[in-house]
Amino acid sequence: MMQEIRFHGRGGQGAVIASKIMAQALFFEDRYAQAFPTFGAERRGAPVAAFVRADDHFINVRSRVTTPDFVVVMAARMIESVPVTDGLKEGGLILINSDLKAAKFNFGNTASTTAGLPFRVVTINLNRIALKFGLGTEIMPLINAPVLGALAKVSGLVKPESLIRALPDFIPARLKDNEKALLAAYEKAGE
Amino acid sequence: MEKSAILLGSEAIAHGVKLCRPQVISAYPITPQTHIIETLSEMVDRGELESQYIKVESEMSAIAAVLGSVSAGSRSFTASSSQGLAMMHELLHWYAGARLPLVLVNANRALGAPWNIWSDQSDSFSQRDTGWLQIYCETSQEALDTIIMAYKASEQLMLPIMVMIDGFILSHTMERLMIPAQEMVDDFLPPYKAPYQLDPGNPLTFGGAAQPDLFYELKKAYSATMQEALGLIDQVQTEFARKFERHYSAVMHCQEGDKNSDTAIICCGAMTGTARVAVENLSQTEIAVDLFKLRLLRPFPTTDLAAALKGKKRVIVLNRACSYGVGGTLSQEIRTALYHLPDRPIINDVMISLGGKEVFPETISDIIKNREQLSETECNWL
Repeated sequence: MMQEIRFHGRGGQGAVIASKIMAQALFFEDRYAQAFPTFGAERRGAPVAAFVRADDHFINVRSRVTTPDFVVVMAARMIESVPVTDGLKEGGLILINSDLKAAKFNFGNTASTTAGLPFRVVTINLNRIALKFGLGTEIMPLINAPVLGALAKVSGLVKPESLIRALPDFIPARLKDNEKALLAAYEKAGE
Repeated sequence: MEKSAILLGSEAIAHGVKLCRPQVISAYPITPQTHIIETLSEMVDRGELESQYIKVESEMSAIAAVLGSVSAGSRSFTASSSQGLAMMHELLHWYAGARLPLVLVNANRALGAPWNIWSDQSDSFSQRDTGWLQIYCETSQEALDTIIMAYKASEQLMLPIMVMIDGFILSHTMERLMIPAQEMVDDFLPPYKAPYQLDPGNPLTFGGAAQPDLFYELKKAYSATMQEALGLIDQVQTEFARKFERHYSAVMHCQEGDKNSDTAIICCGAMTGTARVAVENLSQTEIAVDLFKLRLLRPFPTTDLAAALKGKKRVIVLNRACSYGVGGTLSQEIRTALYHLPDRPIINDVMISLGGKEVFPETISDIIKNREQLSETECNWL
């Protein structure tokens, strides 16, 4: 079965790089993967989406992902303006970079629980993890490594070791800190 | 040994070019072609590729620079897109007339106005009549392989070849592919030996004038060579398949309907992948259609196409380029090729996408489902 991921982020946050690292890691596990961004949106701060598909054979379809199994929101405020759960499959999962509890986000759930929703909502403060390892600044933490650690944990799509193996081709600096942040997010996600 | 990799389409192309060992590269960056020549410049900088990389100030200069190097007998490479390819237009004619073998990769993109950087095949379709061979690729693997085949065919025929990838859709997508081993490519593609070249030790005249009768005879010969090119391209593809075990032909039957299927759809480039999914999904609803892709636009494989589509009652042509005032450019080509058939199929000319308008599997399956409503004479806009 094909699995599809849609990353939502702001230009400069690393959604596109994260999608590429994910595809490379899937390749290391001998899977077929496809990664591509929403084309032509390369402006700092602008809403960006990037897509990954994974399958056991070559992937023919080339249009953007409209029915993702996994949605990743790298900037929680985007939820106010971007319909991030559009097409999210039943039984799917949305991962949000935030220190708020999942039920604080309104996808039609009550303020106390997300239990009735057709998908899981998981939150994790990736900014804090990134900053703990000195990645980026308060204004723009670099979360593409930790976001992948968290996604690996909650999706079971890929092993963290495969992601770590894929990092050097895409992360030019502070490789060790990125590895540590990735593993820290892997440990913490979904707790 | 062949090596499995996951790369951006642009990077896959750079690897294909590197395997062909071009002695001279000159190009000017333009989105979405930039990563191709950027990757090549890094390969040259790291010493992985021994090549003269000539930086220039425009596409006109890029194509002119390699005109010099090809004339001097060097295997050369350039790449462009959209407005850049349009800027090269004048010299594209010159290459063909002068019988200069060159491989150019074009990342298909729309031409302004209005400004648009997204995928559209109008840029290369509007260079149909320059005398270049044109090949359209569905995947990054196909593009990489086609570059290797293109150098071989180009040098044997002494004709220039343009290899197309859809901008962004292939150039900016990371996907898995095999990179052939250098030794195998060296064996398939020996170094280029020009039969005539610029050489102070052996002065010859290049680019002279031709009086009307001679001009006519040269163009007649050129046209005959383009017809012969069909056979040679076939041969090169067969030889490639024997060595690398990947099969390509001018027209490819991508998805079979059932034996009663009387409808075919045809397109060229990366859209074929999405069409494969559409046709497969439809086969589960008992609508059976055959899917074909056209790889070779020039020379046009008239005989192969007529044979492939023989017996079909309807051919739906999905266009990504428009000849305004007529309709889909690809549709015109298909109509011409099928006109002589005793039982001509209905041709449905569909303008499915321009300027990056997204094509989903449902876009294609809806067209097929509603085929009876399509105009048979006018271009069908969505």
